[in-house]
Amino acid sequence: MSRLSGGFLLASTAFARSQSALEPAGPQAAHFFRLFSWFFWIEAAIFLIVLALTAWALTRRHRGIEQEPLERVHIPSEETEKKLLWTVGGGILATVLILLGLLVASVTTGKAISELANQKNGMVVEVVGNQWWWYVRYLNDDASQIVVTANEIHIPVGRPVRIRGTSNDVIHSFWVPELNGKRDLIPSRITDEWIEADHPGRFRGQCAEFCGMQHAHMSLWVVADTPGDFEKWKQRQLQPAVEPSTPELIAGRDVFLKYACVYCHSITGTTAAGQVAPDLTHLGSRFTIAAGTLPNTKGNLAGWIVDPQNIKPGNHMATLNVKAEELQPLVDYLESLQ
Amino acid sequence: MTPLVATPVREIDDVRGRHDLENAWRNPAGLLSWLSVATHQAIGMRYIVTAFIFLLAGGVEALLMRIQLAKADNTFLGPDKYNEIFTTHGTTMMFLFAVPMMEGMAIYLVPLLIGTRNVAFPRLNAFGYWMYLFGALFLYFGVFTNTAPDMGWFAYPPLSGPQFSPGKRVDFWAQMITFTEISALCVATEIIATIVKLRAPGMSLNRIPIYAWSMLIQSFMILFAMPAVMVSSTVMLLNDRTIGTHFVNPWAGGDPLLYQHVFWFFGHPEVYLIFIPALGFVSAIVETHSRRAMFGYPALVLSQLANAFVAFGLWVHHMFATDLPQMGESYFTASSMMIAIASGTQIFCWIATLWSGRVKMRTPVYFVLGFIFIFVLGGLTGVMLASVPLDLQVHDTFFVVAHFHYVLIGGALFPLFGAFYHWYPKMTGRVMDDFIGKINFWLLFIGFNVTFFPMHILGLHGMTRRIYTYPQEMGWEPMNALATVGAFIILLGGIVFILNVISSRRHGAEAGANPWDGGTLEWATDSPPRNYNFVNLPAATSRYPLWNDPKERVVVTGLRDDRREVLVTTLMDAEPHHRLVLPSSSIWPFLTALLSAIGLWGSVFHFSWYYVAMLGAFIGLVGWFWPRRREAEA
Repeated sequence: MSRLSGGFLLASTAFARSQSALEPAGPQAAHFFRLFSWFFWIEAAIFLIVLALTAWALTRRHRGIEQEPLERVHIPSEETEKKLLWTVGGGILATVLILLGLLVASVTTGKAISELANQKNGMVVEVVGNQWWWYVRYLNDDASQIVVTANEIHIPVGRPVRIRGTSNDVIHSFWVPELNGKRDLIPSRITDEWIEADHPGRFRGQCAEFCGMQHAHMSLWVVADTPGDFEKWKQRQLQPAVEPSTPELIAGRDVFLKYACVYCHSITGTTAAGQVAPDLTHLGSRFTIAAGTLPNTKGNLAGWIVDPQNIKPGNHMATLNVKAEELQPLVDYLESLQ
Repeated sequence: MTPLVATPVREIDDVRGRHDLENAWRNPAGLLSWLSVATHQAIGMRYIVTAFIFLLAGGVEALLMRIQLAKADNTFLGPDKYNEIFTTHGTTMMFLFAVPMMEGMAIYLVPLLIGTRNVAFPRLNAFGYWMYLFGALFLYFGVFTNTAPDMGWFAYPPLSGPQFSPGKRVDFWAQMITFTEISALCVATEIIATIVKLRAPGMSLNRIPIYAWSMLIQSFMILFAMPAVMVSSTVMLLNDRTIGTHFVNPWAGGDPLLYQHVFWFFGHPEVYLIFIPALGFVSAIVETHSRRAMFGYPALVLSQLANAFVAFGLWVHHMFATDLPQMGESYFTASSMMIAIASGTQIFCWIATLWSGRVKMRTPVYFVLGFIFIFVLGGLTGVMLASVPLDLQVHDTFFVVAHFHYVLIGGALFPLFGAFYHWYPKMTGRVMDDFIGKINFWLLFIGFNVTFFPMHILGLHGMTRRIYTYPQEMGWEPMNALATVGAFIILLGGIVFILNVISSRRHGAEAGANPWDGGTLEWATDSPPRNYNFVNLPAATSRYPLWNDPKERVVVTGLRDDRREVLVTTLMDAEPHHRLVLPSSSIWPFLTALLSAIGLWGSVFHFSWYYVAMLGAFIGLVGWFWPRRREAEA
């Protein structure tokens, strides 16, 4: 990390949980960061020069003239005008040259980033924006290898991943700053973006295009795992839901299947096959609920089920009036879905 | 008919003719007459006051947002209220404050600067104001009846479409656009005609004051930009919503990106038609207070022209994230960066003028210096936004919020405040208090930077725009709290300004005709100017006629004083061409505006109200243009 980032971090040491474009964790974001550093230092210098010129223009001694009573209108000498002409002309020329340099740097970086796309070992993850959550599907020619999940994307470190984006409703924008810039998800269109992580970690992302009432609560996590961990995660996600093993968990499943939950959510291996809300087959394995709104704990999940409109007003999850005694088994069951 | 004669000022008996002129240009008392006024000072002032009220409304909305964001997980405003408020804030500032304010200043100042008695189409001018007022009241009627727009001032479909924004919120917004655009087109037309045809004799193109050049350029931009927003908001969006046209409905073959292209083809020039007049303010302030002719006049004018042209060729930099082909994106990167060349040229010319002039450090100059500081910073972040890789990271984050407040507040509001201090003496006859003015400046300058500088850092650290809250763990709270403190410092600055305006109105020093020893024609007449501006129309013997030897100053005599007669001059060299009698007060512009407004308001609820609008406008225009014997004979 360069001095620049150090400077920015110094100005904001309180940034505990990171969603920062200044802490790149992959080659695409690193390209951005390098380019940004160039722009930052060059422009900082320009800014200071302009301020210095202005200050100098104001404090300049007028060689004793200011002692005289000010004349009504001042006509500078021809020599002064000539000097100014050269200075201003030089300033304009410098502006043009600097901008040309920045343009070349910018286009080159853009090209370098796009060259990271379409690599042979790439994998494709389809991300579909919904008000206000992310549908995630790992595409594969072999249908049995397709993983469906929501709001949490696992990727193997060092492998380029194509985010194939679209939307089911309004325009959203996929943005995980530590990995790459934004890409809008537009209904009836497919947009592309490539991300890659160069070290394991969790990277937060957030919808960047205003998408309605709960735009603020539409975040996601990208989890970069070692290839081994990723493979393990993937194999687990390919399994149908864990069969409930205790009477309490069975009771919980029955509660789930009894209520209207099933009209929207699906749990593979049960009769719940709704398609308009996040897939819950492995809900227990995710570490947030409600699109990154709350940590995935039993307490939060219970609160979310009882009154989703309080936590995320306007969201499309129905309030189902689950009976008090049914809540605990339901939550236990959902959290058992590892 | 008395022949036109160029007469040296010293030979003029200033009192002769005043009586007739007073009669011919009088705006009688009474409500009906008040609604009929067609003099540019009155209408310009109405624009300025109305737009200032909306600045305050937009400011209150900004404060509410800042209070909400000061704390993490705050519940001061819910998501619905927050979304309404940020949409109304953006809409108010762009459509109801910034553009109308710049138009109002121009309506007031341009005829004075170019030495004529009124704008070219006085009744159209009145009509434009009423349309603006009725559109603005319409939007705020919605705001106060729980029908405020909540989809952002850009109203992207499908979010703004009938599926995702049921109800009337978006319709109120889109129809308000129709009103303000009609108003803007009226003003643009009359400003162009005024500057092109009513200039003082001798004011050839190379003698037009730079501020008037700015307004001429801005008015042409309006003619090209405003129809685009009518296409996007009225034709596409409103028709999709009210009669199901599917222009931008992706599920019926429409294209939401089409809307974005057309909207930003308007939206980017929109920003420039706010800040190009401000560049004119800066030029007027710099040359007057450094008391030398502007250095690089042709370069300045051509730079503004370049800004205006290029403004129409860079809309795609608002859409880099939509995955357009790279080759095209590079073109828009280059064109966006070109703006920095034109803007840089102007900055250099102003600094050169300050350097070689004899600057008096009065409040307007403070605002110009604040402008240079803020605007240059905003321009530099703008160069970053032109770069595709950088934009993809900071787009739709608080970095962009910081950027455009730097260029809009720095680039337009600071020069505007400078212009208030600069021309207040002309408009009221009193000078604003300079000491309080400097306090006013420092509060605004410090408050502004405390509010908006931290937003750059917030954006780089991932804070996206238009979010009503954020979790504590993100660590964005300290910077947001700081920004909120800054917003209240700005509020304090605003209060100081208003107090200064009010107290200077009564207690300010007498201004006289020319308190700053300015060189342009507006300083040649009374402060405040009479309804006819000049007893005898001035002639422009140079770019700064008042800086010439007073003995060489010339006015035109021979125009009739007993009717609203002005002199039409030629396009290039402003040679006297013919006399024109301008129309006087009329109630019909008001009635036409009101009758069409009733139909346009109703059209939000049912399409057939458009017929009412057409019929109303028809009746109004018949009344407006009905030949009247007295005028024809006069």
